[in-house]
Amino acid sequence: MNWITKTFPNVISLGWSTDQGWGLAIYQTLYMTFTSAIVGGILGLIFGFGLVLFAEDGIIPNRPLYWILDKIVSIFRAIPFIILLAFIMPFTLFLVHTTIGVNAALVPLSLGVFPFYARQVQNALISVDGGIIEAAHAFGATTSEIIFKVYLREALADLIRVSTVTLISLVGLTAMAGAIGSGGLGNTAIAIGYNRFQSDVTLVATLLIIIFIFIIQFVGDFLAKIASHK
Amino acid sequence: MTEQSPIIQLENIDVIFEQKKQTVHAVKNVSLDIYPGDIYGIVGYSGAGKSTLVRTINLLQKPTHGNVVVKGTNLASDNGGNETYISSKDLRNERKKIGMIFQHFNLMNERTVAQNVLFPIAHLKLSKEQRQQKVTELLELVGLADRANAYPSQLSGGQKQRVAIARALASEPEILISDEATSALDPKTTNSILLLLKKLNVELGLTIVLITHEMQAVKEIANKVAVMENGEVIERGSLLEIFTAPQKQLTKDFIDTATNLEDGLRKVQNQTIVENLQSPDVLVQLSYAGSSTDEPLISTLFKDFNVSANILFGNVEILQNTPVGTLITILSGQSTDIKAAIASIEANGVKVSILKGALA
Repeated sequence: MNWITKTFPNVISLGWSTDQGWGLAIYQTLYMTFTSAIVGGILGLIFGFGLVLFAEDGIIPNRPLYWILDKIVSIFRAIPFIILLAFIMPFTLFLVHTTIGVNAALVPLSLGVFPFYARQVQNALISVDGGIIEAAHAFGATTSEIIFKVYLREALADLIRVSTVTLISLVGLTAMAGAIGSGGLGNTAIAIGYNRFQSDVTLVATLLIIIFIFIIQFVGDFLAKIASHK
Repeated sequence: MTEQSPIIQLENIDVIFEQKKQTVHAVKNVSLDIYPGDIYGIVGYSGAGKSTLVRTINLLQKPTHGNVVVKGTNLASDNGGNETYISSKDLRNERKKIGMIFQHFNLMNERTVAQNVLFPIAHLKLSKEQRQQKVTELLELVGLADRANAYPSQLSGGQKQRVAIARALASEPEILISDEATSALDPKTTNSILLLLKKLNVELGLTIVLITHEMQAVKEIANKVAVMENGEVIERGSLLEIFTAPQKQLTKDFIDTATNLEDGLRKVQNQTIVENLQSPDVLVQLSYAGSSTDEPLISTLFKDFNVSANILFGNVEILQNTPVGTLITILSGQSTDIKAAIASIEANGVKVSILKGALA
């Protein structure tokens, strides 16, 4: 115990439940990651499915719709996240009535992650063998049956894998959201550890993020393995 | 066979693909009538348009022009150049009456055998017991009753195709389309799948449309054959007609792949006995189909004409319960005797062609 207080003095002094404490930072990172994962995930799934279904060789080809989805994804994908944070501030203000703090970060995080996820979902779905889709058509399956019973089911393991990757990169984005005062472990590492020359804080914050990412990876791999029968 | 109406009617089918720079005429004005209980073989090389053609039967491929009538229902109709199709809701119902199997099986990898088999009848809302019973029934039919809970990746190619057949039969269709279903299988497995198809044809009265590039497969089970090239049906007829009297070179080539006659002929030509053929002996090819094979032909040659026959190559097939054969033999004896012998053979309905040597 003595050794710890000597080696990590600033880590200890930050405390657990103070307003810059570790408990809050961990909570904020989890909150940002999972909330924006849900919003960005749903958007990404919708766009990803749209990009496959409306494509020229998709099951409901629609050139204009495909074009719009494709361009939205490409444009958002092209904006560096740190710029996106600033760029969409008016939209954030409109949506959550604030431009700083953890809730303000949810908007750019969701918008930053969804195009990345959409492309990954698109790739996962494209890898479903066209012959399987054709067979489903041949047996008189409806469009919704093909979407939910064929695409979703056949690509499930791949979808879990790309979700894992996306979730991990989302944790990385939450660190940047510290720039707009969102808090979280990334903010602790930079605003406290780096800026105040408290390297022990940076180290512990980084370790916590790594542990978090390892847990995500482990759970993701485990679920993907269960889901896959290829 | 009694007079009945076709179960599948394709009339003047055209399929034209408009691509960016070129127009591909994949199927050109093809008409085909398929009757209940037929096993209709459609052969052709890849790119001949046979897959495209049969896909118009269940509108997986919409024909550009022409009529598609299945069991009396118009799926596609040509109203003076203006093509109309059945509504997609009705089409889904009609498709349930047409089973289909594929070269690469197209089973869903993430579903068990039982779940795959039940996929086409998911809309029926059967009870658990009914589903169980249905699966057992179908899997027993294809000889895989013990693999209901396996995943496709745990099965061999032949087993996968059996599951695919069970799935295709789940909605109790009267028609089964087989798109190169044996092309990815080894010869032994191919045979067992073909025998299964034949069994289903006999026991369930299933009408089968069999597309393949393997004449061997057609020879095994089909009763009618159409040969396709460049989007057109260039020759068609009963299996026996096609095999005994092919008109087009492509048809002959295909038949040869199943009988190896050309190969046999070439080998025979290289034998010294043929190279040193002495006049008036002749090398002849005897082709026969049906009852004439029952006559003890060769033995009568010597007995009645004093002509001896040296058989160098022989091939006999049983097509649709009719023996069809080819013999390549050297006939030797006096030239007048040989002439008389050949006349007698021809009188028995056997086709004689002289391959080497000449009748004096």
